[in-house]
Amino acid sequence: MALTTLKRVLSAGYVSFRRNAWLSLATIMVMALALFVIGNLIFLGAFANTVLAQLESRIDVSIYFQPNASERDIFSVKHDLESHADVADVAYTSRDAALAAFRDRHKDNQLITGALAELGDNPLEASINVKAKDSSRFAAISSFLEQKNYSIVDKINFSENERVVERLGSILTAVRASGAVLALVLAVIAMLVAFNTLRLVIYTMREEIGIMRLVGGTGWFIRGPFLVSGALYGFFAALVTTVIFFPLTWYASPKLAFLVPEFNLFSYFLLHLVEFSLIMFTFGITLGILSSFIAVRRYLHV
Amino acid sequence: MIFFDNVSKIYNSHSVALRDVTLRIEPKEFVSIVGTSGAGKTTLLRLLLREEEPTSGRILLDGFDITDVRRRDLHRIRRRIGTVFQDYKLLPMKTAYENVAFAMEVAGRAPEEIAEDVPQAIQLVGLTGKENNFPHQLSGGEKQRIAIARALINRPDVLLADEPSGNLDPVNTAEIVKLLLKVNGLGTTVLLATHDSKVINDLGRRVITFDAGRIVSDEEHGTYMPDVGEEKI
Repeated sequence: MALTTLKRVLSAGYVSFRRNAWLSLATIMVMALALFVIGNLIFLGAFANTVLAQLESRIDVSIYFQPNASERDIFSVKHDLESHADVADVAYTSRDAALAAFRDRHKDNQLITGALAELGDNPLEASINVKAKDSSRFAAISSFLEQKNYSIVDKINFSENERVVERLGSILTAVRASGAVLALVLAVIAMLVAFNTLRLVIYTMREEIGIMRLVGGTGWFIRGPFLVSGALYGFFAALVTTVIFFPLTWYASPKLAFLVPEFNLFSYFLLHLVEFSLIMFTFGITLGILSSFIAVRRYLHV
Repeated sequence: MIFFDNVSKIYNSHSVALRDVTLRIEPKEFVSIVGTSGAGKTTLLRLLLREEEPTSGRILLDGFDITDVRRRDLHRIRRRIGTVFQDYKLLPMKTAYENVAFAMEVAGRAPEEIAEDVPQAIQLVGLTGKENNFPHQLSGGEKQRIAIARALINRPDVLLADEPSGNLDPVNTAEIVKLLLKVNGLGTTVLLATHDSKVINDLGRRVITFDAGRIVSDEEHGTYMPDVGEEKI
């Protein structure tokens, strides 16, 4: 009995989906659009994260040492820094390496190479480049260095860059927070559009719902097929969206890589395909069923 | 048995649909409810289907007060009452066969039973061969006959027909009335609301006349003579 009812509800939902083919197609397209917006927000989030992480990794602090400082002393400073909780990475550049890099950078500039040759001696200092785990932790690292007050340290460029570093840090935080809010607002709008479309679909069928009621249908027997149709709309919308993202990410990938070489959209999509389609299908099907449920309820009061 | 016990339906002081109606209809009766538009015929039927609730009074169906039924149990009343409407109220996206079968499906009948009964009902109303037509592919008379097949399929105790011939020509009207009589002959109580005096006068059955929400006459072999004034209009 229950099985027969379930079979009837499923087949009625499918038949209605098929017979109202144009209406179904239009609904799927609108829902796909909503899911497309949500999908784009996911990619935008990933892209923004990569960009922000890149920016953050470019913020660093350099510690320059007196020219006569021994490598042993410098390495003990390096070791202290490495064991600091807020430090992500420490890179040592010796005086010779600094000079080689400098020469390489200015090899086309006659004036500079000439001046270097005249000097004879290496004018550059050895340095340690420190990267923090988080841009907001530089102040802690800086105060740690001040407290230690190493005699071999010539200068720390953090104090010069302090305001820039701090401002960049607060910008990054603001971008992350407002990006999340914006994504949420857009996702909600997309869902409302899909919800309203389904409400319109069911509005056009409100008389049928009334008739079914008068013929003696129970609430669930009438509602069931609409939920099945709603789930089918969501399923196909998710399918369409996921498929569309294949050529789209493939096409957009090199263009984005031009902006941020570290971000490969297409491989990101392929790598997260399972999670991505899971989100799409869950969103689509839940949205379809829930919208239908709410919309049908109004017209069942006969 | 249907019993209206002092039933009133009042929308507001200017709009009274039924006033103090007391009415008893025995099983297997064929009763015509007549009156001008707005006399209260349709309201009476709507109250019996619990499409609306009375302002006061009780409505008993086989000794059971239907005004007490909760909304989610309404289908229990409605499965015992078959209904035929002036505008047919067929499901547009279902074929003739599916429209009739739907009433059995909602009642939870077995597939074998449906496969057996639906063709019989369609044969009874004379539409064998049009099972796979959608409502928009049927004429008005054919739609109404499908609606009657649907109303009968669950073998209801009562059949309500609200102006079933309102949109039909005289030939189709006669066919529909013949069908209703056939249904009544099979043991179903029939309540026919109409303002078609020809239909009533040809029937020669019980006629209850309404005017402005009140019963003005109840005759065992009644006729219906609309006011001269209405005829002119």
